[in-house]
Amino acid sequence: MVSSEKPNRFAANIARRTLELGYWTAAWVLTMALATFGPTAWWPGNDVLSWTAILANLAIGAGMIRANKRHLDSLDEMQSKVQLDAMALALGVGLVGGLGYSNLDIANLIPGDAEISMLVIFIGLTYLGGVMFGMRRYR
Amino acid sequence: MKNRLKVLRAERNWTQAQLAEALAVSRQTINAIETGKFDPSLRLAFRASRLFDMPIETIFEDDSPDE
Repeated sequence: MVSSEKPNRFAANIARRTLELGYWTAAWVLTMALATFGPTAWWPGNDVLSWTAILANLAIGAGMIRANKRHLDSLDEMQSKVQLDAMALALGVGLVGGLGYSNLDIANLIPGDAEISMLVIFIGLTYLGGVMFGMRRYR
Repeated sequence: MKNRLKVLRAERNWTQAQLAEALAVSRQTINAIETGKFDPSLRLAFRASRLFDMPIETIFEDDSPDE
């Protein structure tokens, strides 16, 4: 029943799903760059190309969300808990921090406008920190 | 929750990686369960019970205080 010869199918499945998620994420980032910089830098005034780039970005984003769900489904219960805890932290910190950041902008307490990219980076780093903390916790 | 996973595994000369493969979880999860840092779900506990061919209560023991 327990064999050392057999390749670890569980680990192989996670590796496959992680790679899949990586490809989707890379494609999403590329189309995001296309949709963000294309209309101003590469094809100014061409609405058809802008619509195409934005719709492609949304479609690939949907694929990335599906790949993320499949990746989560491939994890075992402890790995899922680590991810869930990190997501809860990122959501909470993102909501509270994001609205706080917006309030700073409204009250003119920060130079310039509040940028959504800052919030995305903040949420991403919080999620990363949450995953690292969770992995250490159960190590 | 206390458990005898490490003892039962050692009796069979299995590594954590082998037990992880048999239970379809990661080696880190087996380690976390053995060290008491993570409590397995009922589903995983039943899988361990079937693997070791022993009743669940002989592998896992609830050590939470009575209310």
